Amino acid sequence: MALSEPIVIPQASDLERLARAWAQPRGFWGWFMNVHHTAIGVRFMVTSFIFLLLGGILAALMRWQLARPEHGVLGPDLYNQIFTIHGSTMIFLFAVPMMFQGFGVYLVPLLCGTRNIAFPRLNAFSYYIYVVGGLLLWVGLLVKTGADAGWFSYVPLSGPEFTPGKRSDFWAQMITFTEVSALGVAISIAATILRHRAPGMTLNRMPVILWEKLTVAIMVIFAMPAVMVVSSMLLMDRTINTQFFNPAVGGDVLLYQHLFWFFGHPEVYIIFLPGTAIISTLVPVFSRRHIYGYIPIVCSVVATGFLGFGVWVHHMFATGLPQISESFFTAASLMIVIPTATQFFCWIATIWHGRLQLRLPMLWVFGFFFVFLIGGLSGVMLASVPVDWQVHDSFFVVAHFHYVLIGGALFPMFAGLYHWIPKITGRMMNEGLGKVHFWLFFIGFNMTFFTMHFLGLRGMPRRVYTYTPEMHWGALNTLATTGVGFMAAGIIVFLVNFFDNKASGRLAGPNPWSGGSLEWATASPPPPYNFAELPTVNGREALWDAEPNQPIVRGLREDIPEVLVTHSLDSDPEYREESPGPSIWPFLTSIAVSIAFIWSIFSPWGIAYGAIPVVITLIAWLWPRGHSPARRELERREEPWTR
Amino acid sequence: MQTDLALWSAVAGMLMLLACSREERQFRPSPPASEVINSVQVSGLNPGANPVGAPAAPEYYQESAYAVSQGKTLFNEYNCSGCHANGGGGIGPPLMDNYWIYGSEPGNIFTTIIQGRPNGMPSFRNRIPEFQAWEIVAYVRSLSGLLPKDVAPSRSDQFYVKPPEQSMPYQVPTGITGKPEPPK
Amino acid sequence: MTGAAFFITSDQFHCGVSLLVGGGPGRHRMLDPAGPQAGNIEWLYWVIFWILLVVFVLTIAGFARAAARTRTSATEMLPIVKDPEGDRRAHWAVGSAVAVTVLTLFAILVMSVITGKKVEGLTSQNPITIQVIGHQWWWEVIYPNAQADQTVTTANEIHVPVGKPIVLLTNSADVIHSFWAPSINGKRDLLPGYSSAFWIQIDQPGVYHGQCAEFCGLQHAHMGFSIVAESASAFAQWQERQLKPAPDPADPEPRRGRQVFLTHACLMCHTIRGTGAGSRFGPDLTHLASRSMIAAETLPNTRGALAGWIVDPQRIKPGNQMTPNPLEPDDLEALVSYLGTLN
Repeated sequence: MALSEPIVIPQASDLERLARAWAQPRGFWGWFMNVHHTAIGVRFMVTSFIFLLLGGILAALMRWQLARPEHGVLGPDLYNQIFTIHGSTMIFLFAVPMMFQGFGVYLVPLLCGTRNIAFPRLNAFSYYIYVVGGLLLWVGLLVKTGADAGWFSYVPLSGPEFTPGKRSDFWAQMITFTEVSALGVAISIAATILRHRAPGMTLNRMPVILWEKLTVAIMVIFAMPAVMVVSSMLLMDRTINTQFFNPAVGGDVLLYQHLFWFFGHPEVYIIFLPGTAIISTLVPVFSRRHIYGYIPIVCSVVATGFLGFGVWVHHMFATGLPQISESFFTAASLMIVIPTATQFFCWIATIWHGRLQLRLPMLWVFGFFFVFLIGGLSGVMLASVPVDWQVHDSFFVVAHFHYVLIGGALFPMFAGLYHWIPKITGRMMNEGLGKVHFWLFFIGFNMTFFTMHFLGLRGMPRRVYTYTPEMHWGALNTLATTGVGFMAAGIIVFLVNFFDNKASGRLAGPNPWSGGSLEWATASPPPPYNFAELPTVNGREALWDAEPNQPIVRGLREDIPEVLVTHSLDSDPEYREESPGPSIWPFLTSIAVSIAFIWSIFSPWGIAYGAIPVVITLIAWLWPRGHSPARRELERREEPWTR
Repeated sequence: MQTDLALWSAVAGMLMLLACSREERQFRPSPPASEVINSVQVSGLNPGANPVGAPAAPEYYQESAYAVSQGKTLFNEYNCSGCHANGGGGIGPPLMDNYWIYGSEPGNIFTTIIQGRPNGMPSFRNRIPEFQAWEIVAYVRSLSGLLPKDVAPSRSDQFYVKPPEQSMPYQVPTGITGKPEPPK
Repeated sequence: MTGAAFFITSDQFHCGVSLLVGGGPGRHRMLDPAGPQAGNIEWLYWVIFWILLVVFVLTIAGFARAAARTRTSATEMLPIVKDPEGDRRAHWAVGSAVAVTVLTLFAILVMSVITGKKVEGLTSQNPITIQVIGHQWWWEVIYPNAQADQTVTTANEIHVPVGKPIVLLTNSADVIHSFWAPSINGKRDLLPGYSSAFWIQIDQPGVYHGQCAEFCGLQHAHMGFSIVAESASAFAQWQERQLKPAPDPADPEPRRGRQVFLTHACLMCHTIRGTGAGSRFGPDLTHLASRSMIAAETLPNTRGALAGWIVDPQRIKPGNQMTPNPLEPDDLEALVSYLGTLN
């Protein structure tokens, strides 16, 4: 009965053996063999942050061009490439990889109290595939093959007749890469949450952030295939002469929009739910109490996940729909406000009945409240069909979705980074610099994007590379461009703070915020095996609710990497499982898959011939090597893991 | 870190140098060299026997997917199909086969468009600007697979009348003046 | 009394806000409606705006009050508090806040559906029918008639009679465009393969501007149009004039200009009825001089702008389909003179 044993201080020799069992290889090739979730999670975060910076540079270029009427900085050809790559980068290469993959891969196993993610090799493969997809898009821009039909790439504009060359093909394959990556991570995260939670962490005690990661993982699994299908159909129309979107022979341009937005709207929640999850995690920590309304919040998260699939048509109100479907999708779009509003009220109540400590992460949480509230309320306007007919595809919408996405992803991301960087690097961030960063960014952001509401109401359409002086949009645009300078300065302050932190930050210790979730139960940064002794859980905030004599799990081997598998619902321990060790094959498979995908841009035979190396690497990856000698001996002893 | 940065900027720089001419888009052509057009002579009674004097083709038009697709648009809008029927031929000769009465070199086709040819091909001198004529030339060559596959147009959003130009097999040019070209 | 005072202040505020968002100079004023549809939408916009402003203020006040109430200045992280009594009170507060939210959203839904019905409900037995076809990057406008010679074809400038319902039949010649005249009605996408119809009505005479709102390629930014709303008699006169073919120019210079038109690239794309030029690739120029703007609302229709446009359109709208025409100066003068006679 391992669970009821008293705490045993692990012996140094045990820890050494654990560290050896979980060690990841070093050196150049070792970097490509690492499959531990902390390493892969940090890589997702760093890479997507770099893409955020690159996308930001493009945004600044666009704002520079728009600062004055008929400004000659960028021509239409380059401007179209830049706004397309800006949008695609921010959505596919920054927001999802950072908010879902980055935070998810790093945090979920720690929050579950396990030693590694489920399917760590699939997880590593997902990272490499994502990087290749990002490089594809950006190398395309450098070699003048930058996609230029918008991040949505509507046909027929992106189709074979109106986008000659390979620009749209690069975009379509980038989608395939990033969605394969998101799917791989979604499967890993869902399996980790359902099967690797610490004993005692029943569904009813899962932290809100795990509920949200589970919801988002399931949303990814249902939403991403739609966009992969539609981008592949586009690619086939362009390369092998299919007629999916050719109206002259019965193809349908609206089919593209339906499939794209069937992914595209859940995508918004895939980006935004991780943001609210960070908020729901930070608000209790800095209000020094349990979250108010755990069950309503969890229900809201799950409801958002369901409703998110029922609102996609509100992106298409201007296409001329029957009134009944307009009313239906208006109702659905308004309905999805309810769960978010519920969460807002619960956060207010948490703060109201807690003890607020306005530390740096919490400052960003308040920034989120303000910014996201504006975005959410302008979203209510957009849900109303008649108002949407006016402001759709105008700068009002640009303002709205930047308030929602920067409010719903970037503000929580900075809150989360300031909160968890001490866990990741082991050192505290400088709060003074962090506040400078916040205020610069907050002021610049509102300057840039609040102005855009007025531009939209004055009739400025989206995606225009310039405008004539008679429109009188110049002054507001200049103001909007000025704000970019503030935001850029804020980001520079953050980078200075971050590198300063890595060099000389104050040591954080295991639990600098005295938080309640399990990631704070281990050292900062976590050792390669995450937890020396696997924790058990007594309540929704594992550390706050722990008994003085909280039991731990014993019985996992120290000489091979093992994880505990528990029941999906009540998280009773079921069996032990060997966690896959380092391997080069995920990386090589990702290279093989990349070759097949990129080749298929230029010739359909790329899929046929490119499949051969994919099959070879997959066979090598999945080749049954048998268990390690230690493992075989274990099986011979027939020692079932019992409670 | 420093070396990494240097390495990456070197790679980025090389990529920029390699920038695809396929994706080049020129909107303002250099002013037409009207002397070139005027100097081209057609031997009246001996059509096409002597292609000497055909102007050299600017490379851009044969290499840019955008230029070829513009050529395709113009081919339809200027009603080339009225006689050449989407390249299949009717009143005029087919353009998607391997037989070139007046030569398959870009300069030959250009001369045909600008000067006209006996037995029905009108002269489009002054009516079709020189750069548009070069775009149409590039498109006409794509009809028989003489352009690289990634430059030739894909299908259009119209009724399906023929395989798209990028699926056209390479046709070894023959004819009075045609000389075989290596496949691309 | 306080209520009245509130309304006066809110009205003043309303004026201030509308000056910022809709009034003042500019061409696309969606909050300055000229027809019943934009008027209905404007009403709905302001109703929702005021509701949401109240929601915004209340929510921010909630956060501010909660923060001010419980904020501590302790630097060390404090121990966990438990307040079951407070939570029980919060149940009521949060529950009623959610209930109010649901009711508010329902009210917005009802108003939105009713307004939508009003906007889409405009109809008539005997409307003016106008066909609008989107091209990269200009608008073809046709007033169809069962008799072919009674069909008016023009571009980028739509004339309509005031106070009469008008049905717009939309289609696209190439990619998706979107027809948007903010002071008249919301936008409608022009989808290739889908012919659709929608209605507008303009109540005040004037010139209203609009622009393509769906990204359609290189010159999406310069794809404007204007709607001239005039009295029924002025509209009939205009239609009468548009039906006539171009007259033979009397003076020698325009005569020479017509010759230039018919011997250069112009005739490859444009139609001038009454001459040999009949291509439909570019806008119909039969009554070019009657329009106030050229190049899809990019330039004023003056001699200088027209000449500049003919010579180097790719500097003004890079990537558009008009070819540069390096004409001799006197040819250009003659051509512009000829185009000036086409009213």
